[in-house]
Amino acid sequence: MATHAPAAVNETETVRFFDIDEHGHAEGSTMLGFWVYLMSDSLIFAVLFATYGVLSRNYAAGPSPANLFDLPLIGLNTAMLLLSSITYGLAMLEVEKRRMGLTLFWLAVTGLFGLGFLSIELYEFSHLIHEGATPQRSAFLSAFFTLVGTHGLHVTFGIIWLVTLMFQLPMHGFIPDNHRRLMCLGMFWHFLDVVWIGVFTYVYLMGVLLT
Amino acid sequence: MSAQAELHPIADPHAQDRPLDDHEYGHDRAHDVHGDAGSHHGSFTDYLIGFALSIVLTAIPFWIVMANVFREPKVAAFVLVAFAVVQIIVHMVYFLHMNSKSEGGWTVLALMFTAVLVVIALTGSLWIMNHLDTNMMPGMSPQQARNLP
Repeated sequence: MATHAPAAVNETETVRFFDIDEHGHAEGSTMLGFWVYLMSDSLIFAVLFATYGVLSRNYAAGPSPANLFDLPLIGLNTAMLLLSSITYGLAMLEVEKRRMGLTLFWLAVTGLFGLGFLSIELYEFSHLIHEGATPQRSAFLSAFFTLVGTHGLHVTFGIIWLVTLMFQLPMHGFIPDNHRRLMCLGMFWHFLDVVWIGVFTYVYLMGVLLT
Repeated sequence: MSAQAELHPIADPHAQDRPLDDHEYGHDRAHDVHGDAGSHHGSFTDYLIGFALSIVLTAIPFWIVMANVFREPKVAAFVLVAFAVVQIIVHMVYFLHMNSKSEGGWTVLALMFTAVLVVIALTGSLWIMNHLDTNMMPGMSPQQARNLP
């Protein structure tokens, strides 16, 4: 009997703490789940990188990376994405201080840098297509547009998510749900910056270097 | 003893005669959860260090290619990959706030698993397809293939 009693108490305690965790921290397992999503997303990019790596020399007598890529423009693009990463970090620091105005300001700056990145990328694409370097031109260009376009699509959805949060945040305030959403978007945004490191190194710099 | 156990109210967390062990456990748990949540956020200094390192680690590879620093392209390519790997680690640590303790180590485990898969997919594809390419058309150089009618 004496051994039975503490066991019963322990069971109650365990259940109770589990319950408190679920309500008190909206982040909970969502952060790990979102991380696993990002890891699966990086597998998509790995496959696209591998495809590009295999096809990147098949020019079909068309233009090669050295003919096409404008490195100063890519440098500007990289700067845009890097700046948007740091401004998102600044927004998260304001979230910790519960300052709504500054949070929204830094989120807006992040969105503008993201839009700048997308505009430059779309300008680059339209310039390439105008020169006849369309995705149909060669296997190299098909793989290039697929890989870089997929990254650009991710950035586009990141911006849509960001704008959505900029409406949700003033509407509901710094509730745990909004905090969780901001954390997830932050991970997504920094992850896209990490993928871009691979893109500018492998596609642009090594493309120009090795042709 | 058993009657006392049944008297413990399930809903009331502040039961008077709660065993000390459980109190300690609860305290530790709360502390743990707090520390875990805190590990997701960086400080201003963290972001600043990460940003400064990223600028340097981005600028040098662009300079290497645009100024043709290395005579041998393969050496330059090797250096570029090294810079990219270091910058990815910098981003993981300073922007994504990765450490071996966040989420009880599961994020690092998932990351390592993914890294292994990425390396297998990349090196495997390049290795096999490169061999396939050289064995497909014996005696034909890419230059000859390019000039086919």
